[in-house]
Amino acid sequence: MIRLFIILIFMATSAAAVEPDEILSDPALEFRARDISANLRCVVCQNEPIDTSNSGVARDLRLLVRERLVAGDTDEQVYDYMVSRYGDYVLFNPPWKSTTYALWLAPFVIALLGGFCVIMVFRRSNVGPEGVATLTADEEDIFADVTKRNTDGTTL
Amino acid sequence: MKRFLIFLPLCVAIVIGLAGWWGLNPDRDPNSIPSALIGQPVPDFDLPAIEGIGGLGLSTQDFGDGSGPILVNVFASWCVPCRAEHAVLTRMVREDNLALVGINYKDKPEAATAWLTELGNPYDRIGSDETGRAGVEWGISGVPETFVVDANGIIVFRFVGPITSDAALATLRKALAQAGADKS
Repeated sequence: MIRLFIILIFMATSAAAVEPDEILSDPALEFRARDISANLRCVVCQNEPIDTSNSGVARDLRLLVRERLVAGDTDEQVYDYMVSRYGDYVLFNPPWKSTTYALWLAPFVIALLGGFCVIMVFRRSNVGPEGVATLTADEEDIFADVTKRNTDGTTL
Repeated sequence: MKRFLIFLPLCVAIVIGLAGWWGLNPDRDPNSIPSALIGQPVPDFDLPAIEGIGGLGLSTQDFGDGSGPILVNVFASWCVPCRAEHAVLTRMVREDNLALVGINYKDKPEAATAWLTELGNPYDRIGSDETGRAGVEWGISGVPETFVVDANGIIVFRFVGPITSDAALATLRKALAQAGADKS
């Protein structure tokens, strides 16, 4: 029972806001439209794709995506059309360009730094006991002297 | 290595400090979206006048005639902040001798007519965008929004939200002055 519940939780996806009158009669085009809509950000609700957003602008954009597809646009052309009006911001998958280098590279830089720290920590814990310096000859003499005196019962 | 570690707390403090300085800056609006249209010519659109109000519609051809900056205000009768903004725009038109045009976004002609009859009509031209399609061309996310278009028909400024605060009015005035200065 619990297992089924957990499986159901992971199977849950956000409900699409696509209304029946928006759906295209051509299933292939509709499939592409859904795919594109899931990658376009709603400019009103910002962290929701237009596919699941109930806002008026999102509906307009969904209809526009379908209109472009029916007119024969490629997926790329539809994305370009949206970007030319709303900027790269509408893409959930931002392009690789000078303004987004930090965005794309930051995870790798952080992973590298983290990995570096982990390696350093492990290395130090291994080095530990061997790193302790041995006594010099003079110190050995003093040490022997002290232990000898202790065993003789004489005090310092 | 140990000598380097001494500076680690300082580095961490600097990073946290910078993040806080950037993140807690009251002027930073995390919801603001950079407009793709700044520096671009006015998009292609052609809107009829609002039925019942008479006057002229609005289209791309109305921009870039070289006569000076034009303020484009996107409004709707169902939009409450637009009502507050309307008074500010009306005063600006009267005092600054400004060219103001409107895009009536997703509004019923009767409702828009009643709204403008009640509050007055400061707009030189109003395009009726019942479907919201021209709104998409302008890249708007809601109403009200205001754009400044310079004399060459280039969009130079965009303001999202009502122009009711003094700060908003000041930024708009600055943008208008800059757009006017570019002409000469």
